[in-house]
Amino acid sequence: MTNLVYFSSVSGNTQRFIEKLGRSATRIPLYAREQQLHVDEPYVLVLPTYGGGDGKGAVPKQVIRFLNDPENRSYIRGVISAGNTNFGTAFGLAGDVIAAKCHVPHLYRFEVFGTPDDVRAVNDGLDAFWLQQAQRQTQPHLTA
Amino acid sequence: MTLTDPVNSAKNDPAHTGGKLKLVSHVNAINWNKIQDDKDLEVWNRLVNNFWLPEKVPLSNDIQSWNTLTAEEQTLTMRVFTGLTLLDTIQGTVGAVSLIPDSITPHEEAVYTNIAFMESVHAKSYSSIFSTLCSTKDIDDAFRWSVENENLQKKAAIVMEYYRGDSALKRKVASTLLESFLFYSGFYLPMYWSSRAKLTNTADLIRLIIRDEAVHGYYIGYKFQKGLEQVSQAERDDLKDYTFSLLYELYDNEVQYTQDLYDGVGLTEDVKKFLHYNANKALMNLGYEPMFPKTVTDVNPAILSALSPNADENHDFFSGSGSSYVIGKAVVTEDEDWDF
Repeated sequence: MTNLVYFSSVSGNTQRFIEKLGRSATRIPLYAREQQLHVDEPYVLVLPTYGGGDGKGAVPKQVIRFLNDPENRSYIRGVISAGNTNFGTAFGLAGDVIAAKCHVPHLYRFEVFGTPDDVRAVNDGLDAFWLQQAQRQTQPHLTA
Repeated sequence: MTLTDPVNSAKNDPAHTGGKLKLVSHVNAINWNKIQDDKDLEVWNRLVNNFWLPEKVPLSNDIQSWNTLTAEEQTLTMRVFTGLTLLDTIQGTVGAVSLIPDSITPHEEAVYTNIAFMESVHAKSYSSIFSTLCSTKDIDDAFRWSVENENLQKKAAIVMEYYRGDSALKRKVASTLLESFLFYSGFYLPMYWSSRAKLTNTADLIRLIIRDEAVHGYYIGYKFQKGLEQVSQAERDDLKDYTFSLLYELYDNEVQYTQDLYDGVGLTEDVKKFLHYNANKALMNLGYEPMFPKTVTDVNPAILSALSPNADENHDFFSGSGSSYVIGKAVVTEDEDWDF
């Protein structure tokens, strides 16, 4: 129960953050010609924010394609976004958009590929988060 | 202004000081239907979507606020903006242009022309601020100060030296450090005013510049990392050493420049944290690990939230203090909802 699903463009910043976390993670394919990713267990999504202007196109289209699969969508438990505070209100906007659409918490925002402090905060945070999720599962599910 | 104005003479412009600029030796018609690097098209679209002009920002709404500043605060603000004008002028006239001949793809060349033009828009926008808020005499005094301030001139000279140098990758390092680090001693002040509900329209304009610089730094840093893939390990090591020594050199100078500007109003230490925070991001744009530890990058929360309202700890769910997450009502999402 420590799964991450992530998207990273050719600049590889998000991938680098994932590598620093050292947790099991699956990458959403970059190109449409690649085989679609299909998941069958709960995950936290990590993704960069695109755009930075009016908020349009904040979520990379590869991630939209992934979440358009209702089963993929059903397993999302939280979202972590990458970005840059220079983008003001659009900092980590992709995470806000997905959190609102999927009704999951926007767990964390980091910049570029994250500082060592970000890595620590996210690893500790994810440990606690999955533990909490596991405890919740043993109780009757309210929304399912 | 006359054509022989010593401060505003084109001869003093960065493009005119020393040697001819190198030009691309051969050009083929650019085919945007055949993209070698998706990042070129992505960044081009991003820059085009972000396009803006200073005339769109209602700067005149800041006149009343400007008059509440003390004479010292006004002078500081004008000096900060002339310093930023100089950097944007360098980046528009020399920096971004100097990167064109090093491009790997024709689309990269086109992106640099966009960056160069936007830097000129930035440089001009400070003049819009000045003409809205200040007297001609004060404007002239501030520009004279920018010519006479040793640390500002040294900062410009250091960067210019590398733009004229013969290493394509070192030029990209210098350019990224300029875009992602050197501007921030200046950007601090409008964020500070904004956090105190002063010069808020000016701050809105500066935020547009800050947003652009992030894309520029990201892109040039990305191209630097692509370039690193093409060179030997020895060269990579050399470039890493070079990057850190250039950053140290610029940092030392930046601290002195910050003191020149902010000692009088007692903000130097606060500005330095902002410098450290941005130096880390500049390094990360170049693919290097951040250098300054958390203990010296703890930017004043008021400044950070003036920069991005999403950056405060209320937005950190993991820290436990997160207040921004409210469990949404369970709504069945339809596939059409995902067409965004």
